[in-house]
Amino acid sequence: MTRPPVNDWSTDFDHLDPRWVENPYPIWDELREKCPVAHTERFRGVYFPSRYEDVRAVAYDTEHFSSRRIIVRETPPPRIPAPPITSDPPEHRPAKNLLLPAFTPDAIREHEPRTREICARLVAGFAGKAGCDAAADYAQEIPVRVIAVMLGLPEEEGDRFRKWIHEILEAGITRPDILMKAMGETSAYFQAEIDNRKSAPREDLITQLSRATIDGQPITEDHLLGALRLILIAGIDTTWSAIGSCFWHLAQHPDDRRRLVSQPELIPTAVEEFLRAYAPVTMAREVIKDVEIGGCPFKAGEMVLLSFPAANRDPRMFPDADRVVIDRKANRHAAFGLGIHRCIGSNLARMEITVALQEWLKRIPDFHLDPAAKVTWSEGTVRGPRKLPVLFG
Amino acid sequence: VTLKVKVDRDKCQGHARCAALAPELFALDELGNAREKGDGTVPEALAEKAYLAKANCPEEAIEVEEKA
Repeated sequence: MTRPPVNDWSTDFDHLDPRWVENPYPIWDELREKCPVAHTERFRGVYFPSRYEDVRAVAYDTEHFSSRRIIVRETPPPRIPAPPITSDPPEHRPAKNLLLPAFTPDAIREHEPRTREICARLVAGFAGKAGCDAAADYAQEIPVRVIAVMLGLPEEEGDRFRKWIHEILEAGITRPDILMKAMGETSAYFQAEIDNRKSAPREDLITQLSRATIDGQPITEDHLLGALRLILIAGIDTTWSAIGSCFWHLAQHPDDRRRLVSQPELIPTAVEEFLRAYAPVTMAREVIKDVEIGGCPFKAGEMVLLSFPAANRDPRMFPDADRVVIDRKANRHAAFGLGIHRCIGSNLARMEITVALQEWLKRIPDFHLDPAAKVTWSEGTVRGPRKLPVLFG
Repeated sequence: VTLKVKVDRDKCQGHARCAALAPELFALDELGNAREKGDGTVPEALAEKAYLAKANCPEEAIEVEEKA
């Protein structure tokens, strides 16, 4: 689809513009200095704070900014609850506490051996070839399988899950019909899985959540479906994007790559830096009460793009913000958000990214971008490479 | 100088960076939120880790108190 071209990012930005999709960092760097809170009339009015402190201020301010809409769309659909990500206080806390125990570092550690096995199997599938698509053949295959295992669904359902995610997070931004169809399909799919477990409970997250209660009351069917849809959607293309960006970086920075091969103990620190520099997720908020942040008035009814990726590149917060420093010591990055909506899956994502790097680098220490092919990027809420052809050696 | 770490439980959102970087000083509860171990006293050998945890907390929920 062609969109009207952008002439001024400060007053008419468009996060679906091909230049923004391809390489947003120079645009954000310029905005941060010239117009730290940009605005557009597109999408029925959206603000874009680009400085860390303003992003943090919006994230912490649940009085003026609501999570009931978290994706900027051309036409807002009827509200689709996916608690807790779409919840505000006071409903947010109990909805989040329901999910947290399954995602603590200790709980996630139990999924590490299976994740390692999945990664090793994928690497073995292409390590003997001249190269592969590191996004399509590797990064995208990891989180989808791990989430399927956690929920108790077949690992092979990946294609179906990815289609829904694309429809809900990308195609659905401009096409409400596609969005609503995917919502209907995911609800029917999960409903059938919930029903199956009523007669035959299993050791999985779907069974566990279908028995969940808040204040002694079973959660509603809508709450359960919303939470399951959230786990499916939020856990897959986000981590896939983060893993892809690590490989995009390492394919172009042989020094960093060699260092991680010779000092694998540095990988967790490097993962934090990749998360900072290439944070995949931009959330949104709806302004529900007029307020001023960073000297800029925010009008109720409009949306805010809450760009953790832009915050993470703010030189006021991070020295050499535009450089990837894989042993950066102080790294208070906001890749998983700030405040009450901190990503529930952060410990899972960190484990998956770390294991994905470890297993690949063990077998394939040398690789570079295929000069004959083009890297493509996703657009919208989650940023990451969708095609990443690399050659080995 | 003796160091003591303290997690502000109202600010902590469970990013779990402190427990990853300084597991000797911080523990997580069943929801994954952090608190200092014991009374937060930092053995001399762990001083650097205490400051590292503070510098990596996205919510700025960690205090390192210096007592003469």
